[in-house]
Amino acid sequence: MVPAFVSTLLPILAFVAEEGGEGGHEAAVQVGNGGALAQWAWLIVVVPLVVPFLIVFFGKKLPFKGWELAVGTMGFIGAYGTALLLANASSPIATEFTLEVGRIGSFAIEWGWVVDGLSIMMYFLVGVVGFFVFVYAKGYMEGDIRFTWFFAAFTLFAGGMLVLVSAPNLIQLIVGWEMVGLASYLLIGHYWEDYANVDAGNKAFMTNKVADAALFIGAIIMALSVGSFSFADMLAVVTAQDASSPLATFGFWAGLMLFIGAMGKSAQFPFHVWLPDAMAGPTPVSALMHAATMVTAGVYLLGRVFPFYLDPAGLFGGQVRVIIMVIGGITLLFMGLLAFVQDDIKKVLAYSTVSQLGYMVAAMGAGAYTAGLFHLFTHAFFKSLLFLGAGSVIHAVHSNNMSDMGGLRKRMPYTYATFVIGTLALIGLFPFAGFWSKDEIIASLYEVGIEGSGTGWFVFALAVAGSFVTAFYMGRAVFLTFFGEYKGHAQPHESSRVMTYPLIGLAAFAALAGLLNMPGIATPFTSWLAARRFPMGDVHAQSINWGLVGLVTAMLALGVFLAYRIFFPDRVTQAERDRFEIPVLYPLLRHKYYIDDLYMDGIVRPTMGPLAGAVLWVDMWIVDGIVNGAGVVARGLAKLVRWFDNRGVDGIFNGAAAATGGSGSVLRLFFTGKVQQYAALSFAGVVLLAVLFIIF
Amino acid sequence: MTIAQFVILGTALFSIGLYGVITRRNAVLVLASVEVMLAAVNINLVAFDVYLADQLYAGQIFTLFIIAVAAAEVGIGLAIILMIFRNRHDADVDELDLMRY
Amino acid sequence: MHVSFEQWLTEVANYVFLALAIPTLVGAWMVVTSTNIVRAVLYLVVTLAGSAALFIMLGAEFVGWTVVLVYIGAVIILFLIGIMITRAPLGSHEELSHPATVKIPAALLSIVLFTVVAWAVADAFGGLIIPPDVGATRTGQLAEVIFQRFVIPFEVVSLVLLSALVGGIALARKDDPEEPA
Repeated sequence: MVPAFVSTLLPILAFVAEEGGEGGHEAAVQVGNGGALAQWAWLIVVVPLVVPFLIVFFGKKLPFKGWELAVGTMGFIGAYGTALLLANASSPIATEFTLEVGRIGSFAIEWGWVVDGLSIMMYFLVGVVGFFVFVYAKGYMEGDIRFTWFFAAFTLFAGGMLVLVSAPNLIQLIVGWEMVGLASYLLIGHYWEDYANVDAGNKAFMTNKVADAALFIGAIIMALSVGSFSFADMLAVVTAQDASSPLATFGFWAGLMLFIGAMGKSAQFPFHVWLPDAMAGPTPVSALMHAATMVTAGVYLLGRVFPFYLDPAGLFGGQVRVIIMVIGGITLLFMGLLAFVQDDIKKVLAYSTVSQLGYMVAAMGAGAYTAGLFHLFTHAFFKSLLFLGAGSVIHAVHSNNMSDMGGLRKRMPYTYATFVIGTLALIGLFPFAGFWSKDEIIASLYEVGIEGSGTGWFVFALAVAGSFVTAFYMGRAVFLTFFGEYKGHAQPHESSRVMTYPLIGLAAFAALAGLLNMPGIATPFTSWLAARRFPMGDVHAQSINWGLVGLVTAMLALGVFLAYRIFFPDRVTQAERDRFEIPVLYPLLRHKYYIDDLYMDGIVRPTMGPLAGAVLWVDMWIVDGIVNGAGVVARGLAKLVRWFDNRGVDGIFNGAAAATGGSGSVLRLFFTGKVQQYAALSFAGVVLLAVLFIIF
Repeated sequence: MTIAQFVILGTALFSIGLYGVITRRNAVLVLASVEVMLAAVNINLVAFDVYLADQLYAGQIFTLFIIAVAAAEVGIGLAIILMIFRNRHDADVDELDLMRY
Repeated sequence: MHVSFEQWLTEVANYVFLALAIPTLVGAWMVVTSTNIVRAVLYLVVTLAGSAALFIMLGAEFVGWTVVLVYIGAVIILFLIGIMITRAPLGSHEELSHPATVKIPAALLSIVLFTVVAWAVADAFGGLIIPPDVGATRTGQLAEVIFQRFVIPFEVVSLVLLSALVGGIALARKDDPEEPA
């Protein structure tokens, strides 16, 4: 129950609770308002925004140096998210609360929180994954000189994501979006003593900013055509199929710009370059960034405005959908290929994340709302598990490179076991989590193809090939890391329990989360996610297509087998392995398709170098030219003038100088340095002006 | 009650305060004169607020803001006077002519 | 609605106004002219109490009581502490003000200012009455507006107060412990 003092407080804050299912919109499912649990959900957002300041100010005095505050916050969010999830499972919740904080012209600036199936899933995900990662981070960051600061920034990171996720309008979404960007910048550059890490932070920030500019433009187009920044108002226009709305005119551009914003955060081709470099941060940061926060923001945005993009009549963002699907398809295959040649284990996982995000985006493009977000959900568990496992290995061998690892299976049994579970979930082996989510995406793409879309078939082919690629690079990583002889120098041993317990917890989720959505058998997740205030018009499979399952399983078996043949220790010699370095292809992958170089040479240096060069040129030729030319002219003139000067002009100048000096000596009487005199004089001036104003 | 009587009272208070700001030598009393001027402004704001029957009560709310800012101003002002006094052992403003030419 | 001076004189509330306004003005005059520094500050209490009473008369009760609490309760105390810390001369002292060479121009300036503004006000608003049916402003209404429409300025003011607090401490603390206070 809400305490009595609160019920008096609430009307003062003037909440505007918009109940689901009311206001003439036909909801997809019968939804409720969630009662006090939903009304108090603002705590989820506010607590992680307050706690970082507490950590910064008081953290160092606490017994665990602020860690307990951070992990307590995440535990609270996880518990609250779980409670909301259970409430949503028993009776669907879709409601939002808003509080007007300002007004620009006719646009209300509102702060609020959305409680519906999609945001509840994200609260749960951020809380639970965050809790495991924060517990783990205590072991990983032990002894770091900026331990307390790290947890403050880390909590802010999660808090920014929650601001973003809870946003009922584009303004708050952008605020959260930028908070996440800022916190990620701080965390990627955590070890700022090394200049490369600072560079990586800058790269992430700048790449995101380019995409963010598009997001702003999209938000402005959206607001101008709908008359409000609110998602609900926009989706109301979409649901009403109002072809006369300005949104129908500008729908394509608004949709494209919002999608470009989403591409930046979700690291879609060609904005993917920042994510692999973001590995410079501490491993727990990578784990959270790749799982629950930051990169999922783009996919979340697509899910939030999903009906706008689905738009079967093609009135609004429907035309963008095919672009979304193709970008997702390209990203999922070609970024996965890059993971083949990485030696840094975290980079393998990073490219894997980009590739999996490609799956999610492709699913959104195919109109498969549930499939895309379900993959986001399961991916969060197994990818954070893999990162934490990789962190555990790195912590043990003091190197990121797989060439310094090997044979860790016996020495780190828990890490090994959980890493393998994460790998199986990622490659999508039945019945691990990744199987259910990825298979549903592939099935959705298949259905798009069946409907007669050539593009659908193309992306379907990319997705099937992608599952082979995934299996291959993950098999390679596992074989190189855990099998054969140990090649490093440090003495590796199993990590402490504070690090292994989170691994086990996440492994349980990675193994079992897929059971929440088994098409044709039990699909509670679908109905959880369908708890929205507007019908989603989701495309999803009614039953498992066993033929597709067979195809995908064959692809991944082939991938694992090839990885085993090539990379399992003692199967092939290094010389034989070198034969796989196919001339054109290998360098292409090695240099990341030259995209990073293209950006560096094509955009960064041409703007930085020529900008500097242009300034130099202007300086040397134009400024100097003017100065020199002026000098020549002046010298000529000087000769001409000298005779004139000697006769008479001196007199004028001396007279002027004397006049100046004289008036100065009079005027300086006013500048006595006495403040009161200044006050008197300025008021005298005001009075004088007032009198003049009245007279004239 | 007319609006003019309140505004003219405010004007009179403001002029008296201005006189005090210019003629007082002691810095504390200069501050006190500034407070008189602020009180004049407050009377003006509240009178117009009531006269216009403003739905937003902007006049009264800004009076409250002025009171808050004035409290801050007195605090800072006295801290500055204290520091000047500590450095110069004197709180007379006419000794403060460091801004002279 | 206009009123003539005769009508003005028949209204009782205006005598209440005069009864409050005259002490307010006299108090203000003493603040700027008194030769005793402590008395000058205490006359400020009279002026502020007069303005608070005028606010209450106008129906702005919350503002009036805030003036009483904040100004008379706190700011005056600050002034008195300031006087004591700066070791101002207690008792009557002619040196508190500038000599007549400053006073005469200042008085002229003030009188001109008053004349100009008062003439302009009388010209623009002379005889316009405050609507008599305006009741007292309820504090609850004020709070609703402050915490909705003016919530951001309100927060900004709170930050100003905080920084004034920090700034006051930073300015007033002694940097050098050996220096005599």
